[in-house]
Amino acid sequence: MRQSCPYRPCSFRLRRRLKSAPPVVAAVAALLLLGTVVTGAAWAQSVTDASAADAGSAVEAPQAPQAATPAPDAGDTVAAAAAPSLPESLAKLADRSFKVKQQAAEDIAASGDPRAVEFLRALLDGDLYYRKDDDRIVFAERSDGGWALTDALTGEDLGEVGRRDARKITINNRMRTALRTDIAALTLASPDAAVRLEAALEMVGTTDPDTLAALEAQRPKEQDAEVLDAIELALAIAGLEAESPDARMEAVAALGASLYPEARNALDELIRVEQDPAVLAAAEAARADTERRVENMRRLETLFFGLSLGSVLVLAAIGLAITFGVMGVINMAHGELIMLGAYTTYLVQLAMPNAIDYSVFVAIPAAFIVAGLFGVAIERGVIRFLYGRPLETLLATFGISLILQQLVRTTISAQNVIVENPSWMSGSLQLNPALSLTFNRVYIFVFALLVFVALLLVLKRTALGLQVRAVSQNRAMARAMGVRSGRVDALTFGLGAGIAGVAGVALSQLTNVGPNMGQAYIIDSFMVVVFGGVGNLWGTLVGGLTLGVANKFMEPWTGAVLAKILVLVFIILFIQWRPRGLFPQRGRAAEG
Amino acid sequence: MALLKGDTGGQVMLGLLLAVAVVVPVLNLAVPEGSPLHVSTYTVTLLGKYLTYALLAVAVDLVWGYLGILSLGHGAFFALGGYAMGMYLMRQIGDRGVYGDPILPDFMVFLDWQSLPWFWHGFDMFWLAALMVMLVPGALAFVFGWLAFRSRVTGVYLSIITQALTYALMLAFFRNEMGFGGNNGLTDFKDILGFDLQADSTRVGLFVASAVALALGYLACRWIVTSKLGRVAVAIRDAEPRVRFIGYRVDRVKVAIWTFSAMLAGIAGALYVPQVGIINPGEFSPLNSIELVVWVAVGGRATLYGAVIGAIVVNYGKTYFTGAFPEAWLFALGGLFVLVTLFLPQGIAGLFRQLTRRRGGSAAEGATA
Repeated sequence: MRQSCPYRPCSFRLRRRLKSAPPVVAAVAALLLLGTVVTGAAWAQSVTDASAADAGSAVEAPQAPQAATPAPDAGDTVAAAAAPSLPESLAKLADRSFKVKQQAAEDIAASGDPRAVEFLRALLDGDLYYRKDDDRIVFAERSDGGWALTDALTGEDLGEVGRRDARKITINNRMRTALRTDIAALTLASPDAAVRLEAALEMVGTTDPDTLAALEAQRPKEQDAEVLDAIELALAIAGLEAESPDARMEAVAALGASLYPEARNALDELIRVEQDPAVLAAAEAARADTERRVENMRRLETLFFGLSLGSVLVLAAIGLAITFGVMGVINMAHGELIMLGAYTTYLVQLAMPNAIDYSVFVAIPAAFIVAGLFGVAIERGVIRFLYGRPLETLLATFGISLILQQLVRTTISAQNVIVENPSWMSGSLQLNPALSLTFNRVYIFVFALLVFVALLLVLKRTALGLQVRAVSQNRAMARAMGVRSGRVDALTFGLGAGIAGVAGVALSQLTNVGPNMGQAYIIDSFMVVVFGGVGNLWGTLVGGLTLGVANKFMEPWTGAVLAKILVLVFIILFIQWRPRGLFPQRGRAAEG
Repeated sequence: MALLKGDTGGQVMLGLLLAVAVVVPVLNLAVPEGSPLHVSTYTVTLLGKYLTYALLAVAVDLVWGYLGILSLGHGAFFALGGYAMGMYLMRQIGDRGVYGDPILPDFMVFLDWQSLPWFWHGFDMFWLAALMVMLVPGALAFVFGWLAFRSRVTGVYLSIITQALTYALMLAFFRNEMGFGGNNGLTDFKDILGFDLQADSTRVGLFVASAVALALGYLACRWIVTSKLGRVAVAIRDAEPRVRFIGYRVDRVKVAIWTFSAMLAGIAGALYVPQVGIINPGEFSPLNSIELVVWVAVGGRATLYGAVIGAIVVNYGKTYFTGAFPEAWLFALGGLFVLVTLFLPQGIAGLFRQLTRRRGGSAAEGATA
């Protein structure tokens, strides 16, 4: 009978696919990598915080080092001594002639003043105005009926003027190009690596000799690997235009090592126009090389998405693994307990609107308590009368789920509510140009693992855990040994429900929070528990992560919906093959 | 009538059904509209819908009450039967659709399809559609049951994978590429077998057909449960390993009854669709399937007639509540789930039996799970 089992081909196919895909190794690597990411999360955090702060306060920040080393020896107006002072050049911007204005902009760039970048950028963005009566250069902001002016140089508030009393300093396309180059050259010398990186990326694709000179000048000095990468990219792309085939070869080799999409575009372009056969061959090889590496990165990214989805599944299912697996109770209201956790997050945020960043730390215990109390109430009120009748429990808890949904609809709102993300959860970890991981997903992955470990410890290391396992294995015997099984049941159910609430906090950071959100997870959660094997927390972990990764790897081929359908079909078939899941319970407890 | 011997509830139910099937059409067609005795066509259609639900509930009761399989996916068979009928009705529209294409249904024209997908061919013939109404759910149930029962997937696991089945089908039918109208499903039907679907007489005809189908379905199920097969089924429900050790092929019994039940559900779906005028993937939603299990639980498991009572009572309650207090419907339904499982494990039928036993002492055989 087993031989004729029709699912062998299926599992075989899966195995073969895994075999054909190098990422099995990559998967392990990525797990390790994720581990390091995790430990380094705090560090990464501080890095982005710092860069964010810098970006925000660039105006005030004294940029002494830059002033000390007058950045670019670029530009023809290098005669620094003879160059006009910043205020003088700035004033010239009010002139009508683009020629004068351009000269003035270049003078500003050459002035070495730390605020030069700010002015040039304002000029480029069209934020720089002049006052008509005295040609004073100002920042203008639209107010009702006119402009609110601040002096560009001193920051002095000049009050409001009429609509026609200030005029924007216009620039033409030539100036625009020049401005971008100047700004890039100036920022390339910035002490802040993030600013330098941005500048270098801005210069990618340029053929302007001044800019390239600036890049060349920066290359040996550059300490930051990421910035160096970008600088080399920009230089290599420019190097493709070189006359000598050898220089082009060198550029091609450099591009072959880059993960930037620009590198691939440049190589494509070169392959189209290149005459020299040797260079052409090298370019094609380099193109294939980058393609392969980017493809690997994409696989890593898919793996990350899969693990992220898997961690969500694990979070949603692990509470169920307790109530369903350990207690044998089918709790259809589990999804609604998740929803209650998410709504608790929402209410906590309403209560502390000024401290969203910390609200999560309040919401986690709050959600645990709220959902846990609901769980205890459900157990004491309904489920304890239904032990040994799993199918009836299913119906009764389904009824409870409907009541909880309607309760939220009536008391809060039938619409989805908005749960804000704390600022430290937004943003992403840029590992390289082709791979970035969003922080919220990284955190939720870590959080899922933490919850898992905590739950495992509770079950294996505490007195309650011991009693829970005793009752689940042999209720009568446990009672005979003096375990108060009623109390244990209530606490176990409360624990499972509390974990669901905590999962709700995590999910509120990823998806919409609404009365129906629980229903979206209940089926998936059951699939994970059944797939992993009832009564086994490890099964839930492995099952959840596997299903998540499988889902995400199928998505590019099939689309999201079909991937989900295939996963469901796979589980249906898998259950036939191993009716008790991946890690079946053994011994007498399994017979129940 | 040997089938109904000892089945007082069934006799009463079929008697009532017969009466309703005669009286309602007369009151609708022969009594003038102004008269207080007139039954509006809306009511006739509503009643017809309840009857199809009742047939579906009987199908579920057959597998749950007598075989011990709690299916959380019977809505899928119902919907598949509905889709098969919907496809026939779609083809009947012909060139009267919005786009006026003589062959392609509107949604295909809208999706810019050039020709009919292969599985739509032949659905312009009623006999084929009628066959498919039974064959498609039957085939799915056969394959699913054959796999599941041979592997001895039972109890909760089976319930959950039936739920996965209907959920997967729902997701699949939501896709436009499936060729079943995606989100919107199939609708805008014009006529069936040449009769205008909007006409009172057609509505009444469908109502009578539903009543007949319910009566026949009931008798067929009754025939199964009173036969030897039915007695083995009850034995499987109560002690599956023991039946297996005695030497019965448990999986075959299960597959047979399971497949029959699915076909019955398909017929119910096929009668449902022309009356409500639409079939969409929402019918596959797991919630629907669970809800219909509750009809059976409310009416009383393992009685068959209880399923009919449950389906009609709960659905009447739904119609009433969603009209009068839309907010309260989910509270009422949820409360019903909890209260029935806690306090009425035998359902309404069990309540009747208790009352009659107390009064007359004619002890009906109690079915326990």
